[in-house]
Amino acid sequence: MAALETREALKTLRDSLKSDENKKKHLISLCAGSGCGAYGTSNVHQTLVEELEKQGMSDQVEIKLSGCHGFCEKGPIMVIHPEGIFYPQIKAEHIPEIVEKSIKGGETVQARLFKDPGTKKQIAHEEDIPFYKLQQRIIFGKNGLIDPTNIEDYIKYDGYLALEKILFEMKPEGVIDEVKKANLRGRGGGGFPTGIKWATCRKHHGNRYVICNADEGDPGAYMDRSLLEGNPHSVIEGMLIGAYAVGSSEGYVYVRHEYPLAVKNLGIALDAAREKGLLGKNILGSGFDFDIHVSRGGGAFVCGESTALMASLEGKPGRPKAKYVHTVEKGFRQGPSTLNNVETWANVPVIINNGAAWYASIGTEHSKGTKIFSLVGKVVNTGLVEVPMGTSLRTIIFDIGGGIPKKKKFKAVQCGGPSGGCIPERFLDLGVDFDELNKVGSMMGSGGMIVMDEDTCMVDVARYFMDFLKDESCGQCNPCREGIKQMLEILTNICDGKGKEGDIELLEELGAMIQKFSLCGLGTSAPNPVLTTILYFRDEYEQHIKDKKCKAGVCKPLFHYEIDDNACTGCGVCARKCPQEAIAGEKKKPHVLSQEKCIKCGICYDACKFNALVIR
Amino acid sequence: MGNEITLDWDKINDIIEKYHRDKESLLMIMQDISDIYNYVPKETIPVLSEKLNVSVTLIYSVASFYKTISLEPRGKFIVSVCTGTACHVRGADKIMDTLEGYLNIREGQTTLDKMFTLEGVRCIGCCASGPVITVNQDTHGGLDRTSTLKVVQEYQQRIT
Repeated sequence: MAALETREALKTLRDSLKSDENKKKHLISLCAGSGCGAYGTSNVHQTLVEELEKQGMSDQVEIKLSGCHGFCEKGPIMVIHPEGIFYPQIKAEHIPEIVEKSIKGGETVQARLFKDPGTKKQIAHEEDIPFYKLQQRIIFGKNGLIDPTNIEDYIKYDGYLALEKILFEMKPEGVIDEVKKANLRGRGGGGFPTGIKWATCRKHHGNRYVICNADEGDPGAYMDRSLLEGNPHSVIEGMLIGAYAVGSSEGYVYVRHEYPLAVKNLGIALDAAREKGLLGKNILGSGFDFDIHVSRGGGAFVCGESTALMASLEGKPGRPKAKYVHTVEKGFRQGPSTLNNVETWANVPVIINNGAAWYASIGTEHSKGTKIFSLVGKVVNTGLVEVPMGTSLRTIIFDIGGGIPKKKKFKAVQCGGPSGGCIPERFLDLGVDFDELNKVGSMMGSGGMIVMDEDTCMVDVARYFMDFLKDESCGQCNPCREGIKQMLEILTNICDGKGKEGDIELLEELGAMIQKFSLCGLGTSAPNPVLTTILYFRDEYEQHIKDKKCKAGVCKPLFHYEIDDNACTGCGVCARKCPQEAIAGEKKKPHVLSQEKCIKCGICYDACKFNALVIR
Repeated sequence: MGNEITLDWDKINDIIEKYHRDKESLLMIMQDISDIYNYVPKETIPVLSEKLNVSVTLIYSVASFYKTISLEPRGKFIVSVCTGTACHVRGADKIMDTLEGYLNIREGQTTLDKMFTLEGVRCIGCCASGPVITVNQDTHGGLDRTSTLKVVQEYQQRIT
């Protein structure tokens, strides 16, 4: 495949790809993201290929292993084009019927369609499903249409059009102005204005670097993963544009080690871009040189911090530095460095293609554009959700997310990962953007949204985050290293029933100290989950300490299970499932739970359909 | 019970050359070595020090800083239980309990027959499929106690 040496060559290729659009009768898009992979896509794919061959239809149907579709709860996902028929939770055994009815016969297989849990109605088309309907997927939308390992798919859907525009119609300063006008702010959590970052980097002399932070470390957040796996060229194009703007010829993508598919697909995309001459020397004959290297992380959350990331890129331990001199001035290899998050880079081509004014028309006054959230935890429709900035938590969790499963009550939503805070029900109407959630002690962060219900113990959540941060602290500074450890000890004691009067106040005092005096962002934000849970769920802490009770039924020393005589129907399901044989009773008569044998594993509680197992 | 593996020095040198002996790639070189042996054998450290022109201290510093590098031998199958927040809220600790009980080891340990190492990892990024475990390169989602045991038993059968 020859390299594209001019703009015209790229245009010609794109036009020819677009005209080939309707070559095959059907296109089946199978989600090959890691989430669906974990649910079994490769099995489905194998069966589909075999079935189509058996039916002699292989030349009429194109199968595309696409990037993540976002509706991860319902994976593996299959969408049949051009009709747009959406089939969730597909198994290998469903394939013959789908091929027979939908591909051959042009009908839908009713039993396989998505069923709205509220209306109980079946919905055939992707765009009508509430989960998708309420989103605005300007960044994520192409994932379902393109094969991330095929650069021509990306080019076909206006890929590298923005690159053409900036190389031949705009000056670097003009690109920076456009990004400033759009008011793009960093999507990794910091929210720093990207245009200003680029302008400052450009001002400083030396070898400049553009770097992509793909070290998505917030547990529960996987937007960047899905973007890199599903549409790596969008990030590459963004970096090309950024490099042109700041005056850099060398780029790096720092990816978490835990994302092998992202590393693989990114590598394939980079090779393809080089082959086409879109990376390397004299790109499209413009005189601009740029190439990208991939570097893998080593399992350290702190390497998401900019100075730690750059230390890691240099082959050293990822220990942060105090930011007396910013990395845009002296960063990687002491050169001016522009570090941006994956999603930020993916926004750049969209801004150039559609214009700053269009982009700035989406969102709120100070937060423009959309944000991709990972909506996970105790929510019906777990997945990746892209909405305009300012969309309320209630819309995201209930209208798009479908609310809490098993008819349980919403308790809190944790936003912003280990740096963020827990938000209780009364703030559900807040719009999510860079500023609103900060008013109640939390933050939007990188976009992780973990929904919690009545079975979640907020003290345990605080303890969980402290445990995480204790492991991830680099250990350099006292407030973080010693302070987090002490907070964890106090919280563990509280969860073990050893809490004392004064513990809450001590946590607050320690928290304030760590926030004020830590060296880096990991430390300064570490107390946030504890402080917000104390602020909004103080009564739970007090119950743990004074009453020695955990009402959510999580902290084992602080609760036990009992069978409610009035609710128990004697069906015997719990008794059969109990691994300790701790439940006994006659058929259709209330059963009895032996406290001596019970290990509080919770299997009976989860299994009972009559709410007869109660937490005391 | 010392290291009884024979190191394939050709492969190891190939890895070092693949990264052009670049000291900035130290972490990735150690990860590639780890992909072969499931850990970084201590014999490789002086070789890395010489070829990359870095101190042995730095190599130990990097190896001990990053969780994905182990200087101790690990099992044939590395079972990583995701203990990220979303999986935690969905009961990841029950999955860890189940595995600890079945394999008769604690988190961080390796079975006596050197077949399985049990680890916790903070977020694999399959949050919607939680609870999730990975066994080497394979990912298994939507687990409960029963399905977790089934997954491990499948790998046990592969060995026999």
